[in-house]
Amino acid sequence: MRLQLALKDALTGAAVAALLFIPLVALRTDVGGSGALTLRYRWSDAAILIGLVFIGRLALVLWMGRDGLRPSTSAGPWTLRLQRLGKLAAPAFLAVALVLPAIPGIDRYWLDLGILVLTYVMLGWGLNIVVGLAGLLDLGYVAFYAVGAYSYALLAQYFGLSFWVCLPLAGILAAFWGVLLGFPVLRLRGDYLAIVTLAFGEIIRVVLLNWVSLTGGPNGISGIPRPSFFGLPFSMSGGEGTFAGFFGLEPSSVHRVIFLYYLILALALLTNWVTIRLRRQPLGRAWEALREDEIACRALGINVTVTKLTAFALGAMFGGFAGAFFATRQAFISPESFTFIESAIILAIVVLGGLGSQIGVAIAALVLIGGTEIFRDLQEWRMLVFGGAMVVIMVLRPRGLVGTRTPSIALGKRRAIDGKLVGEGHG
Amino acid sequence: MTRPILEVQGLTMRFGGLTAVSSVSFAAGLGEITALIGPNGAGKTTLFNCVTGFYRPSDGIIRLHKPGALPTELQRLAGHRIARAGVARTFQNIRLFPGMTSLENLLIAQHNTLMAATGWGIGAVLGLSRYPKAERLAVERAKRWLAATNLMERADDPAGALPYGQQRRLEIARAMCTEPALLCLDEPAAGLNPRESDELAKLLLDIRGEGTSILLIEHDMGVVMRISDRVVVLDHGVLIADGTPAEVRGNVKVIAAYLGEEEEEVASA
Repeated sequence: MRLQLALKDALTGAAVAALLFIPLVALRTDVGGSGALTLRYRWSDAAILIGLVFIGRLALVLWMGRDGLRPSTSAGPWTLRLQRLGKLAAPAFLAVALVLPAIPGIDRYWLDLGILVLTYVMLGWGLNIVVGLAGLLDLGYVAFYAVGAYSYALLAQYFGLSFWVCLPLAGILAAFWGVLLGFPVLRLRGDYLAIVTLAFGEIIRVVLLNWVSLTGGPNGISGIPRPSFFGLPFSMSGGEGTFAGFFGLEPSSVHRVIFLYYLILALALLTNWVTIRLRRQPLGRAWEALREDEIACRALGINVTVTKLTAFALGAMFGGFAGAFFATRQAFISPESFTFIESAIILAIVVLGGLGSQIGVAIAALVLIGGTEIFRDLQEWRMLVFGGAMVVIMVLRPRGLVGTRTPSIALGKRRAIDGKLVGEGHG
Repeated sequence: MTRPILEVQGLTMRFGGLTAVSSVSFAAGLGEITALIGPNGAGKTTLFNCVTGFYRPSDGIIRLHKPGALPTELQRLAGHRIARAGVARTFQNIRLFPGMTSLENLLIAQHNTLMAATGWGIGAVLGLSRYPKAERLAVERAKRWLAATNLMERADDPAGALPYGQQRRLEIARAMCTEPALLCLDEPAAGLNPRESDELAKLLLDIRGEGTSILLIEHDMGVVMRISDRVVVLDHGVLIADGTPAEVRGNVKVIAAYLGEEEEEVASA
């Protein structure tokens, strides 16, 4: 009986797979020698994929039954275990992050990858304030990242200000733009808010692209000053006034990478710390209340506009910090780095991690950004793998990896709240 | 009647061509329970939304006489300022924060007091403020109302997981945590069983006993007649009666509005 059911299910699955994979995989157009398009058939590849779907579905139904895999937002057995481990897991992650540069076998490639992942962790945590806590769907977050990056680049180029002066300025400017965008936009809700923030992200990019006299347009800004170690530049000369010279070390290009690594780690942890603290405070609670029910908030005397603006400004500020870091790390920025796909990736990190969950966002950034780098050898297939992984996560855990909410205060023990009850926000 | 807490003068609310409330004047007494009744579509909730700042009336004055403060004209205030002026409300269809615990719901109601204690957020992040003490006080107040509404053991449960009757009580507790001078309840007894209605009546009398005036819309006449000091009756947006429960019960116009008039029935037949 079960075998029959499984076979039927597997055949249906294979049929759907065939419909998808025959046009997508089996028929392939290549540019021929003369420049004309030629059609190439890849029947074996398509057959393998369809076969995989058939076997996979058959095994799944035989093993777990037809309803074995159900979407769930509640704390599953492994979430509970993870939460019990959570007290250990978060410090463990932190400890690994702290000692990473000292681990033998960690070379420059791994440090660069660590910096990249941490940048996205920070951006994810920043956007988490806006999307996860306040429930405002922001599709143009990259705009604030760009504002931060260009703030530093331009201030350094025109006024010769150092990174440490520019870092807070970049954050303040990004927050300012957040408020400026927020005022007209925050009366919109849901889809409308999403569209306008998306447009804002594009406007910033297009302005950067076309204001050639200030930003250099598509050529970008190069020669952005590198950060110094509290006034000591990282230089290969190893002279008296340099980092290596001051500490009596052999001059090495890795020093700067290690420094950048710790810098972004500190910035990311700052974001996390501020968010965690604010969540347990009236402001953070008001954000979450806004996500749950805006009308009730108004009836309780909460100024909805100001509260939304603080979320927007704070999220934008951390985006600006990350932008300034990005500029100093790359030493070159151009509008190309701030396209919509960046916003989409950051939003994907937040949604996959679980709206409002700090550890979930960090894991999602690690998997999404670190994963794509590690599987670079798979070439074009890695995107397929990641697309598939995202679909699977969203089907099984529609509220992200950590779909539950931890109360900000409790008389007794804090118990995780099922994601079903938690609002997603309507803008 | 004693001194008024709320004075409504010539209140009119038009939606396009429809006049939902037409030139209604009444007063709610300080320390009293005033019930607002009337058949469906009489304009009770519209009037309520004007008082609580969800609608801006087309015409008329709504004046709050909070003891120890100057009279406030509510129709001029922005929506979120009404609660600060001393008016709290509940909703006909319950509007709790379902994903947050009962305790969190009650703390959000004290947002403005707590926020002031945090030094507008910045001080609290750095841990340099009066915030811990303010939060302790807020939790104490929340616990008092949890106890008063018999919800103490549900303090750490998400509001969305509570049964209906408890959600109703939690919403009242949340409104009371804003320390209002006037509590506005929109059909608090809707969907409650007789025993729960009795508990609710007792809770409202207790709240009145502590000095908070109450304005309520209610269809459960048993509750209305038992606890109200004054009853205001609306029909088709017009005030048709205003008096003690006994007076209103005997009023011909009120009986006609609820049971339908002879002529109307003939006309519509």
